[in-house]
Amino acid sequence: MLTEYAFWFLTFVAIFSAIGMILSKNPVYSVLSLIVTFFAIAGHYFLLNAQFLAAVHIIVYAGAIMVLFLYVIMMLNQNEADEEKRSNWSKLLAAASFGILLIVISAAIGHGHAKEVAITQQAAFGTTETLGISLYKEFLVPFEISSVLFLAAMVGAVYLSKKEQYN
Amino acid sequence: MELLPHITIDHYLYFSTVLFCLGVAGIMYRRNAIIMFMCVELMLNAVNVALVAFSKMYGQTDAQVFVFFIMVVAAAEVAVGLAILMMLYRNMHTTDTDVLDKLKF
Repeated sequence: MLTEYAFWFLTFVAIFSAIGMILSKNPVYSVLSLIVTFFAIAGHYFLLNAQFLAAVHIIVYAGAIMVLFLYVIMMLNQNEADEEKRSNWSKLLAAASFGILLIVISAAIGHGHAKEVAITQQAAFGTTETLGISLYKEFLVPFEISSVLFLAAMVGAVYLSKKEQYN
Repeated sequence: MELLPHITIDHYLYFSTVLFCLGVAGIMYRRNAIIMFMCVELMLNAVNVALVAFSKMYGQTDAQVFVFFIMVVAAAEVAVGLAILMMLYRNMHTTDTDVLDKLKF
């Protein structure tokens, strides 16, 4: 019962703060709303027995990525939104894309049958230990390749941020 | 099938769908490139929620490893994307995508 209430609470918090992220005029408020959404999603991970992912999610998203966003907003001095009047056309387009996509995917989910799966739940499912074993045994090569991706991203970010080269 | 008491996999899929569609609507609605980036993050997280729900449904950790890799790619993407935005702002003095339309046909 408690987990059911927790599910609905976290779901509404996530959805409404996502709406707030889209609609708020000030970019800093957008970032803060998105952080609330991310915390709610981390709560969902806890409910779904993914403790390690919940911790990593908070550390990476709320701790690193959103701070990066805040720094960029601060450096670009965008505390006051300079969006002028958007045309009704773009609002209509946004509402239509939201509605149509929602209807299509919901119909697909509603018509599919969630298969009855025999759950073979290990006792320590989703803990750091099982995830680590899976990550370092089956997924060792992608894990190593992702370090190359990070190196490339780091070099790219530093190269793009250098001042002199583009006039 | 129920993942939590009274909560089925469908609940999580609908929740994930709503978050994803909100991300799409945000990209259509906002003109600030930074906010559009944040909407992309929201869409990635919507997919992550669905993957974790499937992982619980099948009782296997593979999907959680996928989520882990999605987070890795998202972090790399944000680092490069925000660097590109900084450079754009330095050269064009705006992050408004209505102004940044040089590649538009």
